[in-house]
Amino acid sequence: MSTSTTDHVGEHSNKTALLVRRIVAYTVLCILTFLCLYPFLVMIINATRSHPDIQKGFKVTIGGAFGSNFKNVFNNTDIPLINGLRNSLIVSGCCTILSTYFSALTAYGIHVYEFRLKKFAFAFILVIMMVPAQVSALGFYRMMYDLELTNNLIPLIIPSIAAPSTFFFMKQYMESSLPLEIVEASRIDGCNEFRTFNTIVMPIMKPAMAVQGIFTFVANWNNYFIPSLLIDKKEMKTLPIMVAQLRNADFVKFDMGQVYMMIFIAIIPVIVVYLALSKFIIRGIALGSVKG
Amino acid sequence: MASSNKHKSISYAKWGYFFIIPFFVVYAAFQLYPMFSTIRDSFYSKMTVGLIEYPEKFVGLDNYTNLFKEGDIFTYFGNTFIIWIIGFIPQIFVSLLLAAWFTDIRLKLKAQGFFKVVIYLPNIIMAAAVSMLFFAIFSDIGPINDIYKSISGSEEPYQFFGHITSTRLIIAIINFIMWFGNTTILLMAAIMGVDPALYEAAEIDGASPSQTFWQITIPSIRPILIFVLVTSLIGGVQMYDIPQIITNGTGSPVRSSMTVVMYLNNQISVGKNYGKAGTISVVLFLVAAILSLAVAAINSKDQIAENRAKKLKKKKMKGAYRI
Repeated sequence: MSTSTTDHVGEHSNKTALLVRRIVAYTVLCILTFLCLYPFLVMIINATRSHPDIQKGFKVTIGGAFGSNFKNVFNNTDIPLINGLRNSLIVSGCCTILSTYFSALTAYGIHVYEFRLKKFAFAFILVIMMVPAQVSALGFYRMMYDLELTNNLIPLIIPSIAAPSTFFFMKQYMESSLPLEIVEASRIDGCNEFRTFNTIVMPIMKPAMAVQGIFTFVANWNNYFIPSLLIDKKEMKTLPIMVAQLRNADFVKFDMGQVYMMIFIAIIPVIVVYLALSKFIIRGIALGSVKG
Repeated sequence: MASSNKHKSISYAKWGYFFIIPFFVVYAAFQLYPMFSTIRDSFYSKMTVGLIEYPEKFVGLDNYTNLFKEGDIFTYFGNTFIIWIIGFIPQIFVSLLLAAWFTDIRLKLKAQGFFKVVIYLPNIIMAAAVSMLFFAIFSDIGPINDIYKSISGSEEPYQFFGHITSTRLIIAIINFIMWFGNTTILLMAAIMGVDPALYEAAEIDGASPSQTFWQITIPSIRPILIFVLVTSLIGGVQMYDIPQIITNGTGSPVRSSMTVVMYLNNQISVGKNYGKAGTISVVLFLVAAILSLAVAAINSKDQIAENRAKKLKKKKMKGAYRI
């Protein structure tokens, strides 16, 4: 009997403790939510306000200058934003297609076929996965300089064919979801190897390619280090270089409405994609983490 | 029959090479060759001062001795490490807390999907844009200075980017905001992978939430915690975008926010001192390689940790029976 009383009392105190813990948890989560969203809130509000308005101080009210800021940003000849959007879209789009296709192709080559260098090739890719891109930046820069490919989008696109971490993700996905019997069957039907890959394997790989495609697109959209080394002509700049340029310009004299508007335009495509596919993306992070 | 099978497999083998060739050709041309030419450059002196281009000359290890004698590299590694650690400590702490809360069955937090989407959001946004936003927010005419002025009553704005501590702190805060969501999700996946029987045993034992956390969750996810630590450290060594934009490439005040990669970038594009840049690259490569080897060594110890977790589980079970 006594035990049941203790249990009852214990349960009661447990409930209070649980309530307290819930309150603490929600409070911390709300603070973190505020911290994460505050910069973007400031950005959105200030993108709608004019420069003199912003200088008077921050207010949590939407201003009426969204249209004029938007127009001014696109009319700014020092920072041709239309070119930036175009260049970023070309680079990110091409990288996404090349990187996912060739990573799947490489993973397929190593997954399905038996050949002498197979083990070496796999180990090699695992090792290079850890090499930071900055280590070869000097050589890459000088090589592109010699080839006269600076101020060109090609050196930002072609290297994405060799993407070790995308390859690794594809390889893992194939191990779990690509039965070799399907390949056998298509061989018996007289399909050649390359066509088998394109028509039979690619559709199976769609989910993995979608997840990696999103990550590749975002990574290239945001990439700053290598593009900033190679590009200094304003028509060829990508968005991150243009955003960084706002800092180079004499900041205090700059039209702040335009600054916020430009940042807004640079990040809004990624935010829209993210919100639309967030479930997909968050699941993808946890999956990608298995790579170890 | 057997021989025809063998023949088949030989004829397929060439397809393996065809399929992996594009990757390796591109990697060799755009990564491997530049890497070797970078290493080569570290043994040569080549620089452009003003309009005068000095001819290339083999200098052996002179670049290395000069780099270490000059000592800037140590300062910049130090800066990088300080900024990294200020961001990483709250990051791992908050991420662990959130991961534990999100996976707690008794706590049953609502709107988890919403919170996860929000905390991961900063990670996908352009670091250049986030840095620029923070620069604007903390600038003399930004909203934070409005708050500062109204609290302190002073007319003068506080120059956040004129002080060493506040500049480093802001860079670390940006790092924290951009990465804690990512770490939370990794740790959540790790915690969800822990054997539920362990938690059941703890509940039977009447363990408090904090006891469960410290004595079951932490030891069970230890390998992943170390993985997070070391990968974050490798990422930290490469820190570039945020301090570069916040300080406009100067690392100001008095180069206290200059990171190693900013130093490298300065030697390539501003200083045009390719010998020195090559040397910095090699040092950076060695540091990253050592850290990566640490990851590999820890991953191979995963098995040991798993065994330990199993032992712990046995102990817990025994404990449960004893009561």
